[in-house]
Amino acid sequence: MDEPLIRWDWIARNWDNGSPLAIRTLLENHIVMAFVPVVFGLILAIPLGLACARWRLLYQPTTALMNIVYAMPSLALFSILLSVTGLTQTTVIIPLTLFSLAVLIPSVVDGMTSVPDHVRQSATAMGFRPLRRLILVELPIATPVVLAGTRVATVASISLVSVGALIGQGGLGALFTDGWQRQFSTPIIVGIALIVLLAVAADLVLIVLQRLLTPWSRARRSA
Amino acid sequence: MNWLIDFFGEPANWSGPDGIPTRLLQHVEFSLLAFAIAAIIALPLGLWVGHTGRGAVLVVLSANAARALPTLGLLVLVVLLIGVGTIWPVLIPLIALAVPPILVNTYEGIRNADADLRDAAYGMGLRGRQVLFSALVPVALPLILLGLRLAAIQVVATATVAAYVGLGGLGRYIIDGLATKDYPSVFGGAVLVVLLALAVQFGFALLNRVVVSPGVRQVR
Amino acid sequence: MIKFDGVTKRYADGTVAVDNLSLEAASGTITVFVGPSGCGKTTSLRMINRMIDATTGRITLDGQDVKAIEPATLRRGIGYVIQQAGLFPHRTIVDNIATVPYLLGWDRKKARARAMELLERVGLDPKLAKRYPFQLSGGQQQRVGVARALAADPPVLLMDEPFSAVDPIVRTSLQEELLRLQSELHKTIVFVTHDIDEAVKLGDTVAVFRVGGHLAQISDPATLLSAPADDFVREFLGRDRGIRRLSFVPAADVPLSPPPDTLVVDDGKPVGWKSDDGTRPYGSFNPATDSLRAALDAALLSVNGVAVAVDGDGKVLGVVARDALDAAVSGVARG
Repeated sequence: MDEPLIRWDWIARNWDNGSPLAIRTLLENHIVMAFVPVVFGLILAIPLGLACARWRLLYQPTTALMNIVYAMPSLALFSILLSVTGLTQTTVIIPLTLFSLAVLIPSVVDGMTSVPDHVRQSATAMGFRPLRRLILVELPIATPVVLAGTRVATVASISLVSVGALIGQGGLGALFTDGWQRQFSTPIIVGIALIVLLAVAADLVLIVLQRLLTPWSRARRSA
Repeated sequence: MNWLIDFFGEPANWSGPDGIPTRLLQHVEFSLLAFAIAAIIALPLGLWVGHTGRGAVLVVLSANAARALPTLGLLVLVVLLIGVGTIWPVLIPLIALAVPPILVNTYEGIRNADADLRDAAYGMGLRGRQVLFSALVPVALPLILLGLRLAAIQVVATATVAAYVGLGGLGRYIIDGLATKDYPSVFGGAVLVVLLALAVQFGFALLNRVVVSPGVRQVR
Repeated sequence: MIKFDGVTKRYADGTVAVDNLSLEAASGTITVFVGPSGCGKTTSLRMINRMIDATTGRITLDGQDVKAIEPATLRRGIGYVIQQAGLFPHRTIVDNIATVPYLLGWDRKKARARAMELLERVGLDPKLAKRYPFQLSGGQQQRVGVARALAADPPVLLMDEPFSAVDPIVRTSLQEELLRLQSELHKTIVFVTHDIDEAVKLGDTVAVFRVGGHLAQISDPATLLSAPADDFVREFLGRDRGIRRLSFVPAADVPLSPPPDTLVVDDGKPVGWKSDDGTRPYGSFNPATDSLRAALDAALLSVNGVAVAVDGDGKVLGVVARDALDAAVSGVARG
């Protein structure tokens, strides 16, 4: 290959050229398909996680189920859903929501477990009813752990969207298939770089969010 | 269900270079090799960084950034640069996938070990390496094994994309099935990957029982 | 003997944890470092086994500079007990106790036998040997910590607030256990605590530290209580200094009078003071072993203020009239 590894002129020409493969369009699609699953995941994981924390019996089977979900190849899920939801963003969003759940439910449960028993008891003793105690005491204390899980889910989601390119809906992943078909490295490198940058930026935003939401805790967990 | 019967009931799927045994073996081969290399890189590094605290910020930040590396992108890039013909094009992206969870969990496990335990170990006259291996590692073991398990499962699930650049493994059923709209094949391939991942999961649960001291298992 | 000679610890940020400390801890005795938090007592202790290295000055162990000994080798010859015991959670109790013997390359069987012997010596049931630390109470874990420190029979024992995380009743029994062990073993013990009562109870010598790493006073506990060096020490000793001082005065010299008829005695043992409706409570002490404080306590427990003296078997020796007790107490007050 006498081609240079990166042709900068290609990037300039394809940034916003109006085609469906314009980098900017792909980036926007990528952002939608990566973040919607995390948001849905959180909306579902909080009640499910609370239920698991409240009724411990539920947790074992839920964990087992989530372990199976986690083990599914994303490509296979996309392919199977393709026959149901067709070539739409939904085909990518549903499996990624499931993956987010697999990370977030344990985070919510761990977060609730991280609430010290003496805090819970003193809240009860001061006359908090269960719902109010949950919202004003337990959830805030669980927040750092849940946000740590959210960081992991977000980064994974951003990275996994690209696999959707194999079914024609992969955001920046389209640059990989395009580069592969044309045996041209520039789009591939651009795609990898943008995905990593997007993930790092999202991670930073979440770290800042965590500082703002829970000024009393210094985030320590990163796994 | 019918898809499963179609796929697993087809005798042609059980023999030859496209048969399930061959594909399964290829899949296990990539996965195991990538996992082993990742562990050889990440375990010592995680132990060293956790124990000495040197370069911790750098290692954790880069490991978190590395989690974002898209396997598919890395795969096509590596094939484009070094060509097919060896197993490396599939190994490199899978290693990149497996290193971060092993590294971060090992580091966290060692670093978060009880300060009193470390203090008592040094106070009794254990030397640096003895403190690490006879006090910190046994206590961090559940977390280290968790990192290894997550890495192994991700590798098994993700190794399917190797098929996109023409490599073997269980991904072939999915990619080829997708191309020919052969859904039983896609579904069957997915089931095989999940079964393999569950076997890995089971293996780690067993390993956990054997190598983690009951004194530590109860504490967590 | 452990000797500090002009020892200073200054950290990189300029804080001085220990300032020009010189003192001696005699062999075979308990020396207690006591003081408020931030006084450098723990830092001083940890400089002995080089968990922290002194910035300037010298610490010698039986004349040998500790800096001349490789840290791990030095530590294997010094027992070390810390607040949370610091047991290895992944090892059974017996293996925890045998840690240092294993390190020293003892035969496994011999190390375990030694560990079993120590388990009983610190007052634990041998059945606990196969348990893991999480299965033991805090007090039991602390006993294991002491046993572990004694395992290789080191001449020196360093104890860093070992009993401060357990409840008062358990703490008292651990303190008594330590004194009993020490009466058999005669180790050179340096003990750190922030609790002045514990210091006075355990120490043959008490070193009071003040914030900033200065030594305020070092003396035997009775002298400390009767003659505090300055206001800081007086304040730190607290309000009951006078009463507590009586603990160090034996009751043997208090003159006894014959028991009066009002004391009901059965088979030589006191029953109570006679009253219209049976007997009323009395207090007793043993002049051979108890302190003047115990005698005073016994007088206060008796309805008529007369303390009953008994021997080791609980038989009446006599009584102490109030004026005799007053005279003894004022004798102490005059010094």
